[in-house]
Amino acid sequence: MTDTVVRVRGVDKVFGAGADKTPALQQIDLEIPSGAFVSLIGPSGCGKSTLLRLIGDLTQPTAGTIEVNGKTAHRARLDRDYGMVFQAPVLFDWRTVQGNVELPLEVSAKDRAARAERAKAMLALVELTGFERRYPWQLSGGMQQRVAIARALSFEPAILLMDEPFGALDEMTRERLNLELLRIWKQTGTTIVFVTHSIPEAVFLSTHVAVMSARPGRIIEVISVELPQPRNDLTREDERYFGFITRVRERLRGREVGRPGAAEVAAS
Amino acid sequence: MTKRFAYYFPAVAVFVGVLGLWELAVRVLGIQQFLLPPPSSIASAFVEHFDELMTVGRNTLVEAVGGLVIGGVAALVVAFAIARWATASRALLPFAIAANSVPIIAFAPIMNNWFGILNPLSKMMVVAILVFFPIMINTLRGLTLVDPASLELMRSYAASEIAIFAKVRVPNALPYIFTAFKVSATLSLIGAIVAEYFGGSRSVLGQFIITEAAFFRFANAWAAIVVASAVSIAFFLIIVAIERVAIPWHASARIADSS
Amino acid sequence: MLRAARSAASFLVVIGALTVIWEVVKLLGGDPSEAWTPPFQWTVASDLNMPHVWDIAASFVEPAQRNGPPLGFVLVNAGIFTFREAFGGFVFGAILGLALAIVFVHSRLLERALVPYVVASQTVPIIAIAPVVVIWLRGGWLAVAVISAYLTFFPVTIAGLRGLRSPDPRALELMRSYASSSRDVLLKVRLPAAAPYLFAAFKVAATASVVGAIVGELPSGIRDGLGGAILNFNQFYVSGPPKLWAAIIVAAVVGIGFFALVRAAEVLFLRGRAAPSDA
Repeated sequence: MTDTVVRVRGVDKVFGAGADKTPALQQIDLEIPSGAFVSLIGPSGCGKSTLLRLIGDLTQPTAGTIEVNGKTAHRARLDRDYGMVFQAPVLFDWRTVQGNVELPLEVSAKDRAARAERAKAMLALVELTGFERRYPWQLSGGMQQRVAIARALSFEPAILLMDEPFGALDEMTRERLNLELLRIWKQTGTTIVFVTHSIPEAVFLSTHVAVMSARPGRIIEVISVELPQPRNDLTREDERYFGFITRVRERLRGREVGRPGAAEVAAS
Repeated sequence: MTKRFAYYFPAVAVFVGVLGLWELAVRVLGIQQFLLPPPSSIASAFVEHFDELMTVGRNTLVEAVGGLVIGGVAALVVAFAIARWATASRALLPFAIAANSVPIIAFAPIMNNWFGILNPLSKMMVVAILVFFPIMINTLRGLTLVDPASLELMRSYAASEIAIFAKVRVPNALPYIFTAFKVSATLSLIGAIVAEYFGGSRSVLGQFIITEAAFFRFANAWAAIVVASAVSIAFFLIIVAIERVAIPWHASARIADSS
Repeated sequence: MLRAARSAASFLVVIGALTVIWEVVKLLGGDPSEAWTPPFQWTVASDLNMPHVWDIAASFVEPAQRNGPPLGFVLVNAGIFTFREAFGGFVFGAILGLALAIVFVHSRLLERALVPYVVASQTVPIIAIAPVVVIWLRGGWLAVAVISAYLTFFPVTIAGLRGLRSPDPRALELMRSYASSSRDVLLKVRLPAAAPYLFAAFKVAATASVVGAIVGELPSGIRDGLGGAILNFNQFYVSGPPKLWAAIIVAAVVGIGFFALVRAAEVLFLRGRAAPSDA
């Protein structure tokens, strides 16, 4: 019923050739509905970042297809349908905060006044109004990541791809940014695909958690996280929250017993 | 305020101390005045020949700046041109580094022959070759040694190669370019003076020093050396000032790091 | 091994290309001969200013002076002579530079007092100081080596300082937890950490030492080295232009050769480590 924004079918990814062949992903099937918040979680090296980059057309699958917004992933990238946030903020030292947020808008050639207005609005969204003229090195790690998020949202992408964006931050900043991200998600209605190492973070943020196996990565199960929205500090005390965390953890441990192959996300 | 004072004090103390000791040693110990004249006689020589020193200094500075401009512009153009082709830059870089090991100064006589011994251009060309390779190598490095994450970011925006070049590679290269120019500033002046040694117009610093030394007027020679050094330092500081204005984010970032 | 062969091959290709360009320029604008009149007339490309590549090659086997040994022989000897001075200067400069760096690392006060002068020393034109040094040390090999060292010590000092300060502060804390002496810290942590930086500086210093040696020979009146040869062939340029070019080629070979030697030492010494920067 809800639109499927990302459709991954039968995707394999193999790195290298000949004797050095490394299969990273095997037979990935995944469907992500519009407006969902989907976390990819799995052991180190399971290919979750690779899957994210495949969706974003930063690398190509060895087999299978990826459809984004009804087009090929390649087309979607050229049409700028998605924004990316990495673990490192990757801000440019030589631009102010506002300049950094305007970067994607410059690439898509918006005029100067429109750019500035949009950048300021995005900075307001991440609650960094007043910092427009500062330089990245003057900001804390958490603030730099917020700038990166503002930048990723500046051209209103349909999808936000986030690769462990809060991994380098301390626990308290992380929890705060989790809440901020959820607020932004609700406000913009963007579909978010989120890679993380942290089981509690995955459960807290997501509508669905895709549990992956060790290399070669397969999707073991997509768990629908049925916790009430909006999520907040009370959610962290909820018994069902701990229940889901346990479920994800058990799934991760019992990965040999996991079902490979098709995993569909039920309309929630 | 006191912190700045404490920071600069040792260097200043050394300067004053050495000058004082030098003066004392020459007078008291009667060290051969003609080889290493006391600071007082250098100072008076400086005042006495002020006009001539300024003239020769300016002429040499013109050679140095001219050479820096010619060599610098050529180096920037070549580096920008080569940076687009990754394979070419990787192949040419070691060659450029090897070419940098050639004693460029050996070309001074050739340049005199090509452009005319009295023509300042012959000295400028020596300087130009001298600074070409350091500037080209550093600019090329700045254009190619870009954080891969930044490149991926731009690819995620489907940015064209030209956009990536203008928005990422060039700003990234600016600190490298300024470093190269700071080094080249000093190099250019010394190169001009050494090139002058192989002959040319009389009214340049190099020839002035040689002439005065040949007539055993060492106080004059040392005064000229001081002028050469001062001009060199001033040239360097001018580029530092330009750097502060052109890339404030880099210079201040460095200050923030070191504090 | 393959990489070295490949870079040597590409090096030869570039040399070959330069030779071709040289002759093409002469073809277009050089002196006319009986067989060919060039379309342009460029003074720069005349036989006087740009001797034919084969004339330069031929000059190596002809005598430099009447009844003297072949030019090639003379130049190789001059090259070795200059190299010995340069090597001496390199060693003095490297030792001095490293010593200064070690002193500065252990004494911030001395660093703040002296580093500005270390830097300023390089703004003083060496060729102006050279006559003073020559007279003071009574000429000869030592004077030139000292002049050469003047240009070498600076990059080594600066790189040494950076390298000796480069270890992770936690590594230094570890050594403190073992109650190590400063000497141990220097020998076991700082110096090994500084090695890549020092070798980068040594490559720069190798080149600088050859330049210093050549420049040092000029006011010293030394005729046996490359500086003397260049001066000589410059003076009598009109009587034999290829000879000056031959001397420059030999100077280039000495410069590049010394650089390559240091590079080889670097590869040997730093075997197994992650490469710091460029070639």
